[in-house]
Amino acid sequence: MPSISRDEVAHLARLARLAVTDDELDLFASQLDVILQSVATVGDIATADIPPTSHAVPLTNVFREDVVRPSLGQQQALAGAPAAEDGRFRVPRILGEEA
Amino acid sequence: MTADLTRATAAELAARIANREVSAVEVAQAHLDRIGEVDGAVNAFLHVDTEGALDAARKVDDDIAAGVHVGPLAGVPIALKDVLTTEGVPTTVGSKILEGWIPPYDATVTRRLKEAGLVILGKTNMDEFAMGSSTENSAYGPTRNPWDTDRIPGGSGGGSAAALAAFEAPLSIGTDTGGSIRQPGAVTGTVGVKPTYGGVSRYGLVAFSSSLDQAGPCARTVLDAALLHEVIAGYDPMDSTSINAPVPPVVAAAREGANGDLSGVRVGVVTQFSGEGYQPGVLRSFEAAVAQLKQLGAEVVEVSCPSFDYALPAYYLIAPSEASSNLARFDAMRYGLRVGDDGTRSAEEVMSLTREAGFGPEVKRRIMIGTYALSSGYYDAYYGSAQKVRTLISRDFDAAFATVDVLVSPTTPTTAFPIGERTNDPMAMYKADLCTIPANLAGNAAMSVPSGLSDEDGLPVGLQIMAPALQDHRMYRVAAAYEVARDAALGAPVISGVPQLAGVTR
Repeated sequence: MPSISRDEVAHLARLARLAVTDDELDLFASQLDVILQSVATVGDIATADIPPTSHAVPLTNVFREDVVRPSLGQQQALAGAPAAEDGRFRVPRILGEEA
Repeated sequence: MTADLTRATAAELAARIANREVSAVEVAQAHLDRIGEVDGAVNAFLHVDTEGALDAARKVDDDIAAGVHVGPLAGVPIALKDVLTTEGVPTTVGSKILEGWIPPYDATVTRRLKEAGLVILGKTNMDEFAMGSSTENSAYGPTRNPWDTDRIPGGSGGGSAAALAAFEAPLSIGTDTGGSIRQPGAVTGTVGVKPTYGGVSRYGLVAFSSSLDQAGPCARTVLDAALLHEVIAGYDPMDSTSINAPVPPVVAAAREGANGDLSGVRVGVVTQFSGEGYQPGVLRSFEAAVAQLKQLGAEVVEVSCPSFDYALPAYYLIAPSEASSNLARFDAMRYGLRVGDDGTRSAEEVMSLTREAGFGPEVKRRIMIGTYALSSGYYDAYYGSAQKVRTLISRDFDAAFATVDVLVSPTTPTTAFPIGERTNDPMAMYKADLCTIPANLAGNAAMSVPSGLSDEDGLPVGLQIMAPALQDHRMYRVAAAYEVARDAALGAPVISGVPQLAGVTR
């Protein structure tokens, strides 16, 4: 059965871009362990011959006519931005120190 | 007079507004006044749009005065779960990460409500990103159950259900990913419907788990739910999973069912949803409901759906996996919260700090479970196996519906539990969704209708009725027939038993 370590939870948090605290790591490590052990029971009946279902409705590509239609204006698109400058989204630097 | 207006059904209100016995503005004002009186004790609403509601009501009154044809629910107030976007009105999804966000567009459900002349009173409280079964995961404080304000109103749509039970609105909209419409309906003594997946557009519904999320109607009567269902359902080219087929005739089915005859209808009792973990009073209420269906002429048989025992674990892999991907859009760049942007930190650091500050513990837990289940090395054992269970559940439904018209079960294993009881035990909380999840995984229709009160605690119990995909009308017929028989047996509608809220004079 799975047993998830504190280090593994810290790794997951990094992958998920969550700057969790040390206290949270302790709490989440024990909780995730319980949850993952419980949900692992899906393996009991999921035998190799069963096809997976990703979606209840069979999906095919849906196309529409390629015609111009109204969309958000620049001001509307930027209205919810945490920071904007010169009509654009202003973001923090995207390259780290090591880059 | 105004108390009368807040206790009326949506169908009655619409008729009285159309006949000009009462104006839509009076009806809206009566509900706004009621919200002002009781919502301090209930906390069903995150935002009340007084101006918008009165403007919409005035428009309906003007149209009626001018002889313009209006829809069957024109002028009726409605509460909208805060997961559906509303142009110019805040939409938070119960999360700090979207606090103060004003959407620049309406969800399709919102647009359809406005076009049908419904009066949107405001936005209702919910578990953050619809992740939860109690509304305790809201970043804006829990909603309280009007039957007992020390207890949960269910979740994630606790605000939408509590608004009905507190007579703050006759109609509301919920969304159901694993039971978030039906379980709150059950524990508040109200009607909640999860339509067939694809029956109601997801455009403008902030995504939690895209292959499971489905918006639907909540009401105090089956007919009101059906009337609302027909307003919001139907094909939408803006949602690639929207079903391009006629809306099932749910209003006609509800009216037919109200005649009280279910002869020829085959009802299957799901044998898996009973026994250990089920509150005895819930099971007794369920058994009484099944006996009533028999009296109405239905043929009742037991049906075994063995893979349903694996629905809960499959759901708690599939939904978090999809959520971990969907919630990646909350990256602090284009909308929502941003913290730690001090001019020196990188975008990655700001993103991580923002998500840490903006998401609550349940959202973080699910994102990490999803990240784990989708990571290489674990994918086959977790996400892959869960998808196979999904196939088995659909097969169980197919086999069952080959012999019966609808399936029934309790909606949730217990009545409303005390606030705080399960907050530190995620698995105990997840079990509230035990009976509702299979219909999400298979995509078929399901609803909860009140089956009276549990005899040991006097709290509401829900009867779940499940129907095949696009056969939503079948469950409305059964629910409407049952509702009539139940009210006759109890002497009054279940909802009339809601106690007066403390500190409120009526």
